[in-house]
Amino acid sequence: MTSFTLSFDRIGTKDHARVGGKCASLGEMTQAGVAAPTGFAVTTDAYLAMLDETGLRGEIETQLASTTFDDVVSLERSAQAIQIRFRSHKMPPEVEAALRADYNAMGDDLPVAVRSSATAEDLPDASFAGQQDTYLWVVGADAVVEHVRDCWASLFTARAMKYRHDNNLGQIDVLMSVAVQKMVNAQTAGVAMTLDPLTGDRTRIVIDASYGLGELVVSGIVTPDNYTVEKVLMEVIDRKISDKHVELVPDVIAATTVEREVGADRRQAQCLTDAQIIAVAQLAKALERQNKCPQDVEWAFDADMPEGENLVALQSRPETVWSQKPVEPAKTSFSTGMMGMVGALNNPVGSKK
Amino acid sequence: MDATTSMFPSAYDLKAPAGAEGWEDLYPYYLKFQPALREKEDQKFWFCDSQHWPNPFKPFDTLTVEFAVKCLGQYNTRHYLVPPANGVDYRIHNGYVYMSPIGVPPEKIEARIPQFMERAGHYFQNWPTLLENWHKKVKANIDEMEAIEFEKLPDVVPMAWVKDGVGLDNTTALTENYDRMIQLIYRTWQYHFEFLNLGYAAYLDFFGFMKEQFPTIPDQAIAKMVQGHDSDLFRPDDELKKLARLAVELGVAGALKKGSAEEALAAVNAVENGKKWVAAWEAAKDPWFNYTTGNGFYSTDKYWNENLDIPMGYLRDYVARVQAGETIERPMEALHAERDRIASEYQEMMSPEAAEAFQGKLGLARTVYPYVEDHNFYIEHWSMGVFWKKMRALSKLLHEEGFWPTEDGMFYLDRNEVRDVIFDYGNAWATGGDWAGPAYWPEEIARRKGIIDALATQAPQPALNNPPEVITEPFTIMLWGITSDSIKNWIGSDDDSGDMAGMAASPGAVEGIARVIRSPEHLNEIQQGEILVAPVTAPSWAPVFGKIQATVTDIGGMMSHAAIVCREYGLPAVTGTGSASSKIKSGDRIRVDGNTGKVTILS
Repeated sequence: MTSFTLSFDRIGTKDHARVGGKCASLGEMTQAGVAAPTGFAVTTDAYLAMLDETGLRGEIETQLASTTFDDVVSLERSAQAIQIRFRSHKMPPEVEAALRADYNAMGDDLPVAVRSSATAEDLPDASFAGQQDTYLWVVGADAVVEHVRDCWASLFTARAMKYRHDNNLGQIDVLMSVAVQKMVNAQTAGVAMTLDPLTGDRTRIVIDASYGLGELVVSGIVTPDNYTVEKVLMEVIDRKISDKHVELVPDVIAATTVEREVGADRRQAQCLTDAQIIAVAQLAKALERQNKCPQDVEWAFDADMPEGENLVALQSRPETVWSQKPVEPAKTSFSTGMMGMVGALNNPVGSKK
Repeated sequence: MDATTSMFPSAYDLKAPAGAEGWEDLYPYYLKFQPALREKEDQKFWFCDSQHWPNPFKPFDTLTVEFAVKCLGQYNTRHYLVPPANGVDYRIHNGYVYMSPIGVPPEKIEARIPQFMERAGHYFQNWPTLLENWHKKVKANIDEMEAIEFEKLPDVVPMAWVKDGVGLDNTTALTENYDRMIQLIYRTWQYHFEFLNLGYAAYLDFFGFMKEQFPTIPDQAIAKMVQGHDSDLFRPDDELKKLARLAVELGVAGALKKGSAEEALAAVNAVENGKKWVAAWEAAKDPWFNYTTGNGFYSTDKYWNENLDIPMGYLRDYVARVQAGETIERPMEALHAERDRIASEYQEMMSPEAAEAFQGKLGLARTVYPYVEDHNFYIEHWSMGVFWKKMRALSKLLHEEGFWPTEDGMFYLDRNEVRDVIFDYGNAWATGGDWAGPAYWPEEIARRKGIIDALATQAPQPALNNPPEVITEPFTIMLWGITSDSIKNWIGSDDDSGDMAGMAASPGAVEGIARVIRSPEHLNEIQQGEILVAPVTAPSWAPVFGKIQATVTDIGGMMSHAAIVCREYGLPAVTGTGSASSKIKSGDRIRVDGNTGKVTILS
């Protein structure tokens, strides 16, 4: 059955291929009772309709046929051309109608984030997160329609095309879904990994956090606070407080986000309370348990929601670096019984440097 | 550190404080650093055990360290042949005790392994039955000590003894009873270590395994997987909680509120249901009020059953909290569930082979570990409580006969001098002459008291001479929490910043007002929500743990009593800071982080 949009709370396992990794994860989280922003997926059916009902597919194929991928100028020219083609076509009317209906159902002119949810993007072994666009603080159905089309177009940046080319992924076979989700008015936001990214230590949860929306943390524009939580005891065991000089906050009137300098009183303060750190860690741990593998979780505290229930998960996806490495067996003899004890006495652990 | 300067001073260069000259005479020759042995003794690393013995010894009280440490050693060296470790050597210097573990020469370790496996293996395999027998042996000693009475010598030998042809006099029982008391407590200290070293060995094995699996796992997480929650060590406190609840249920709480324990009990007896409550109180006393506010190692220890105002004070606090609607009981089911959750979550992160080994080691550790907590009640509290009670009775008897001017005079004599006094007492009684003691001891005791008071003005050194490059002795690490890292803390403890580092002994982080407590008599000064700061704490301080937010101690490791009790009561704790109780003042606002072991003075 074709459906151009699918609400997060109705995304089933069978839908994962046509909603992309991000929407699938949002769907799973929503249905597992994890607090996540409400919204819907614009499925790959909508994207395919765009390609097939407007003549866009043929135009792209023609363009690709004349592209020399190893030539930066040729590649860039091709990318520009394809993106212009996307914007020069109106969405198929039934797609646009579905999109507008779902958006309007979320509320009157509700600010939303429009994010790409590519079907290849979040595969554990093909991580090219951030290759496609994200639009924050989008208000009004017209703007939503426009940005969904922009998201589709962002599949064809020179960088993304080159990546697909180098990794033997078909250019036009990679489909895209788009997530339209309620904009979180983030007080603080960041990323939590359910292992230590430096060592692969799975007994730890490592959290990056800063003021405002999490985009500045992900893109590396601010140095976030860095907290380490022991995963089993759920205790904060390390806090590195950074100078967080800038935050991304909504400009409601302009319906966009702006970077704002953080006041001196807050810059060098710990941006999450210990209780908040533990809440983020609990969230990440629950998501790891649910997905049965180490996770990389984007989260935020929403200023518009009541304290204590304002932590939301924006995205959860499998951690890709350490999970790919073969598990190195911990070096131990496993000697049990009395021999184990003899070993422990002869070589007590506190004596090792 | 170059070869010519030591990290810590030599005992031979550490002078006694003013007024303590001649302190050497107070202790037997084998307890002191002998001048002729300087070269040898300076080669060894000695650490001060102020965790168990924070105050200078009165001569009699040295029997606690002598019996304890001798008996610890015998099990490693002669019973089980622990492959790498013999016992611990010890000396008293300027009133404090310094310890130096004795390792086994590397070339001799291997030959001990089969011996250890058979000897210790027998205990591990038969743990429950051997432990049951242990309880019988310890209780028999307690009963025998309880039955011993010291009686003043009468004017004449009883007529019946003459008629029965007994042929002995009253001094016989006096001397034999004294010797028997010393022998009984000596036996008890041997029993103390019969299981303890093995309990630590099994724990160490489990601990090492977990550290290999998860190099960053906090020590306290390992402890939490093994720790029992229904230990007899916490029974006295639990009994008070039960009595508090019963008092509220029976409606006798009002009558309990005022006066001394004696007055309160009389008042309760007079009200309806009061007799029922008093009966419950009496039942709890035996044996659970055989509980010291100290650690059992000093003749000055105060035991609940001889100082009923102490448990009564704690009880009143609990009554008030029950009346305020608080839950004072520990959530046992939740604690057990938490212990199992922690174990299963770590197990989930292991390979199947490791998980199997984990199950075996955890199982053994959980079987043997309860002894590490429980024994403390039976030996330090109950047995030592009875011992000190009888010794105080003897001291009082001799005081009444004029040997010394105060009831506690006897403790300024060593245990062999007490034998002499008993002979002197019986000798002059027999000859019909005068006792020599009353003319000699008052002045001598006053001199010794002056010396001990002077010794107490000077804190001990944390250690003597140079530590080995790496501490490898397993019991030093386990029992005293001494590692190469903790020694570094001692060195660094002289700086003037408001930061201190210790052992992260029990998780959680809080900020609050500090209350520095140097002796259990001041425990009642603690206010709700304060942070307890002390040189060292005892398990019997548990009743105040319901009031405080966190604990910081100068001394003690992961398995110190402070650490065990804090984990049990869910309070953050940092132990082994070296100097927190002198750097922090009551009223300071401090931050205690039991996850990282950091203590900070905020203002």
